[in-house]
Amino acid sequence: MSAVTENLGLFVDGFLRSLSICLWALVGSLVLGVLIAACRVSPVPPLRAFGASWVTTFRNTPLSVVLFFCAFGLPELGINRSFYFFGVLGLVLYTSAFVCEAVRSGINSVSAGQAEAARSIGLNFSQGLRYVVLPQALRTVVPPLGSVVIAMFKNSAVVGAFGVGGDLWSTGQTLTSARGLETLPVFVGVAFFYLLITLPSGAFLQLIERRVAIAR
Amino acid sequence: MSQETVLYDAQGPKARRRTAIGTAVAVVVLLALGYVVVQRLIEQNQFSMEKWGPLIDPSNEAFDAVWRLLGIGIVNTVKAAAIAMTLSVVLGTLIAVARLSLGRTGRIPLVGLVELLRGLPVVVLVYFGVRVLPDVGVDLRSWPGGQELWGLVIGLTAYNMVIFAEVVRAGVASLPRGQREAALATGLTNGQTMRIVLLPQAFRVMLPAIISQLVVVLKDTSLVTFVANYDELLSQGESIRRNLDNPIQTFVVVALLYIAINYSLGRLAQYLQARQARQGRPVAAAETLDAENQVPVGGLGGSA
Repeated sequence: MSAVTENLGLFVDGFLRSLSICLWALVGSLVLGVLIAACRVSPVPPLRAFGASWVTTFRNTPLSVVLFFCAFGLPELGINRSFYFFGVLGLVLYTSAFVCEAVRSGINSVSAGQAEAARSIGLNFSQGLRYVVLPQALRTVVPPLGSVVIAMFKNSAVVGAFGVGGDLWSTGQTLTSARGLETLPVFVGVAFFYLLITLPSGAFLQLIERRVAIAR
Repeated sequence: MSQETVLYDAQGPKARRRTAIGTAVAVVVLLALGYVVVQRLIEQNQFSMEKWGPLIDPSNEAFDAVWRLLGIGIVNTVKAAAIAMTLSVVLGTLIAVARLSLGRTGRIPLVGLVELLRGLPVVVLVYFGVRVLPDVGVDLRSWPGGQELWGLVIGLTAYNMVIFAEVVRAGVASLPRGQREAALATGLTNGQTMRIVLLPQAFRVMLPAIISQLVVVLKDTSLVTFVANYDELLSQGESIRRNLDNPIQTFVVVALLYIAINYSLGRLAQYLQARQARQGRPVAAAETLDAENQVPVGGLGGSA
C-alpha cells in the first residue's frame, strides 16, 4: 500500500480535479436537462419533437462516443478549447438527457386530478403550477434525479480516462505507466477515492429521500 | 394533443392560437439554429465527398475496408455485451437468492460487496479486469478472445450483476405473498419454492428491465477503448478517424449505429412492458425498477 500512502498528495490533487469536473457537469446538466424537459412537456409540437430527439440521441449513444465527437469533431468546425472543456461539455450533453427524463417523469407522475382540482378552485396556471403541481413533482423527482447525479459522478471517470489530465484516473495512469508502480495498490487507491465520492452521495440521497417522501 | 399531461387542459380557441404562434416561433428559431450549424459545416467543407465517401459511397475505394472494420466492431461489441449480460443475469440471480435466504447478519458481507461494486465507475472495473488481473496472476490470454475480451466482460459483469441482484430482488418482492405460502404449503422446500415457483414468475416481470439494462451494457463496452485494444465499435471508429481524418463523419456514423441498436432494444422493452401491463400482471413495483434503471443509466454508472 506504500504506493498509495507515498503518493497521497497526487491522489488528493486528482480527487479534487475529479470533483471539479463533477461540479461543473452537475450545474450544466441540471440547467440543460430542465430546459430540455420544459421543451418536452410544452404544448408546442416542434419543441416537443426537438426534446424527444435530443433524449433519444444522447440516451442511446455511449458517453465515450459523445466525448470523441466533442474532442475531435468540434475542432474541425473551428471550435478550439481545452480537453477539460470538451470533457465537461460531453458529460453535460450526455447527462442532460437523463436529467430531462427524470424531471419529465416527475411532472407526469402528478395525477391529472391534482391540476384539475387546482383549476376548479380558481387557481390560475402559474398558481396551480407553483402551489400544487411542482411541490409534488419535485418530491417524486428527487430519487431518480439523485441516481442520475451519482451516475454522473461515476461517469466523470470516463471523462478522466479520455485524457483531461490531472484527475483521479490520470493519477492512476501516471503512477502505473510512467512510474511503473504495481497496478493493484494504485487501483485500490483510485477505487477508494471514487467510493469517497459515490458512497457519501448515496447515503445523502437516501437521507433526502426519507425527508421528502410523501404517502400518496 | 397526442399526450396527456397534467399541466394544461384541452385547449380552447385562445390557447390554440397561442400554441400556433409558439409553434411558428419555435420552427423559426430551430430552423435558424439548424441553418447556422449547416452553414458552419459547409464553410469548413464538411459535406465533401472526400470526407463522406468512404462511409456512404460504395464505389469509394475505402468503402469496403471501412465497413468491414465497422462490421467487426459491431460483432465484437455485441459479443462482449451478450457474454457479460448472460453472466450478470446468472450471477445476479445467485446473489439475490443468497441475499434473500441468508439471515440478517449473514447478508452483511453480501450487502457490502453490492454497495462497493455499485459505487465504482465501470471504466475502473474494466481497468481492473484488463490490467490488474494479469498482474495478480489471473492470466486469461490463452482464452479465446484473450485478456481484452474477458477483462472487459469481467468488468461489465462485476458492475451489472449487482444491479441485477437488485432487479431480481424487486421482481421476487413484487409477487403476491400467496405464491410463496402456497408453494411451501404443498411441501416444497425453500430452495424449490424459489426455483420452481418464484424465480420463473419474477423473470417474466423483469424481462423489460433486463432488456433496458442490455442497452447500458452495450454502451459500456465502448469503455474498453480507454484501457486496451479490443476491436469493438468505437475503437474501430477511432482507427478509421485516424486513417481518414474525418472525425465528424465517422463518429456520426458510429453514433447512428449505436442508436439504431439501442433504440430498437429500448422499444422492445417498452413493448414488453406494455404487454405485461395489458395482461394485468404485476409490473415489478414499477417505481423500484425505474429507480434501478436510472442507476444503470448512469450506467451509466457505468454507463458511458
